Amino acid sequence: MADPMRIRAQAAGDKTTVRVLMSHEMETGLRKDSAGKPIPAWFIQEVTAAHNGKEVMTAQWGPSVAKNPFMQFTVKGAKAGDKITIGWVDNKGDKRSDEATVS
Amino acid sequence: MQTRREMLAHGATVAGLLVSAGLLPQTALAAWPEAAFQAKTVADAAKALGGGAPAASGDVTITGPDIAENGAVVPVGAATTLPGVKKLLLLVEKNPSVLAAVFNVTDAVEANFNTRVKMGQSSNVYAVAMMADGKVLFAQKEIKVTLGGCGG
Amino acid sequence: MTKQRFTLATAAVLALAATGAAWAQKSTADGIAEYRKMLEDGNPAELFEAKGAELWVTKRGPKNVSLAQCDLGKGPGVVKGAFVELPRYFADTKRVEDLEARLVSCMEMLQGFNAAEIAKTPFGRGEMANVTALATWIAAESRGLRFNLPQGHAEEQRSYEIGKRAFFYRGGPMDFSCASCHGVDGQRIRMQDLPNLTRNPGDGIGFAAWPAYRVSNGQMWSMQLRLNDCFRQQRFPYPGFGSEATVALGTYMGVNAQGAESIAPAIKR
Repeated sequence: MADPMRIRAQAAGDKTTVRVLMSHEMETGLRKDSAGKPIPAWFIQEVTAAHNGKEVMTAQWGPSVAKNPFMQFTVKGAKAGDKITIGWVDNKGDKRSDEATVS
Repeated sequence: MQTRREMLAHGATVAGLLVSAGLLPQTALAAWPEAAFQAKTVADAAKALGGGAPAASGDVTITGPDIAENGAVVPVGAATTLPGVKKLLLLVEKNPSVLAAVFNVTDAVEANFNTRVKMGQSSNVYAVAMMADGKVLFAQKEIKVTLGGCGG
Repeated sequence: MTKQRFTLATAAVLALAATGAAWAQKSTADGIAEYRKMLEDGNPAELFEAKGAELWVTKRGPKNVSLAQCDLGKGPGVVKGAFVELPRYFADTKRVEDLEARLVSCMEMLQGFNAAEIAKTPFGRGEMANVTALATWIAAESRGLRFNLPQGHAEEQRSYEIGKRAFFYRGGPMDFSCASCHGVDGQRIRMQDLPNLTRNPGDGIGFAAWPAYRVSNGQMWSMQLRLNDCFRQQRFPYPGFGSEATVALGTYMGVNAQGAESIAPAIKR
């Protein structure tokens, strides 16, 4: 299973800013290794975010997203103590899901 | 030499086989808009996602640095204050994969997303808002890259 | 008379041109400073910090023990503040060690790992990757603190002197030394400023900026890897991991950076 994400969720008023760092190679499939062989594409395709179990955002990514991707968005109506869950699935079917508590 | 298209098609075939073998979750494939991610222009990407012809708009914001020390990691953001936005897209004009990301907006989140993209060279970067009524609005910004970020 | 006026006019034009060039350079430098600032929040080094924090408390190795009792110089298990006092002398190993050499010593003494094996492992692989993650976390625990390397022990002073000589030692096919790039103020390679490491180059600069996540290759670089790559850039043979030369260079730079604020783990191009 992939390395865990770092999720920070901070409430300010009735909005919560969520910042996520994901551990992923995000390989474009265009690079070649030292022997000249193409390195296969390997990148996150789907990202989902849930607030207290309810889906609030989905995203589709391509290989132009940087390695070890960072993402920031704002959830409305979340407050301290609520749970934010972030999940991703990559083009190999590998997946990862992590949860954070809004502070 | 395998072109990227062939490689992706091959990958899709293999993945298809894996799905029928029950080894890959169907959702990993079904939801990913391949045509949009293979588009070479903002217009083609928007069309592939079901939108109309893109028009420049001051109500869409693209944020990012003027110059990126290294194209491997360029922080960019797409936002709009307009109501009724369904998707926010980020595109890098001169990248082999022009469409970088699609964010699906719901009422529960603000129409404002930040992420980081790889840029192979100095290029225009676009934030595109796809509206519920089919309108496609965009903003662009030139980001200079001192060292391309896609190489090995 | 005409010659004098011509010379003055030329000088004026040159002066204007120089100002123009300086202007353009300043705005590029500003642009890059802005770019670096935008990346500060959400440094992928945090991913390595998290891994290091977990490794510290996990029972591992042939002895199935955690590193929680490792003495980084401020007493067994004391992590906060340890990073800004390294390299330093350790009585149990009878040598001056930097953070990574000390981690490997602890991994051998407490957990039963083979230190020589780890030292031979390439950066980014196996246990070496774990050492980097641990170093990243330990550095993070001292973020914001100021360097204050001890120089009370004879071995620590000797390490400084060896480091100084190593710093100025010219060798390799290009006849480079560390000082070739880092020996004076105001030098630059392409777009990167080269800090003067013979003195305190300022908060968060030079020694105070490593370990760092390098965006260009998406790798976490510890000081040992940074030094290893400096040797490579000088076309020197690769140094041994945790060798006396590399530790001594760390002592030299660290003592020179006395009082500088550590921003490690940082983010670099």
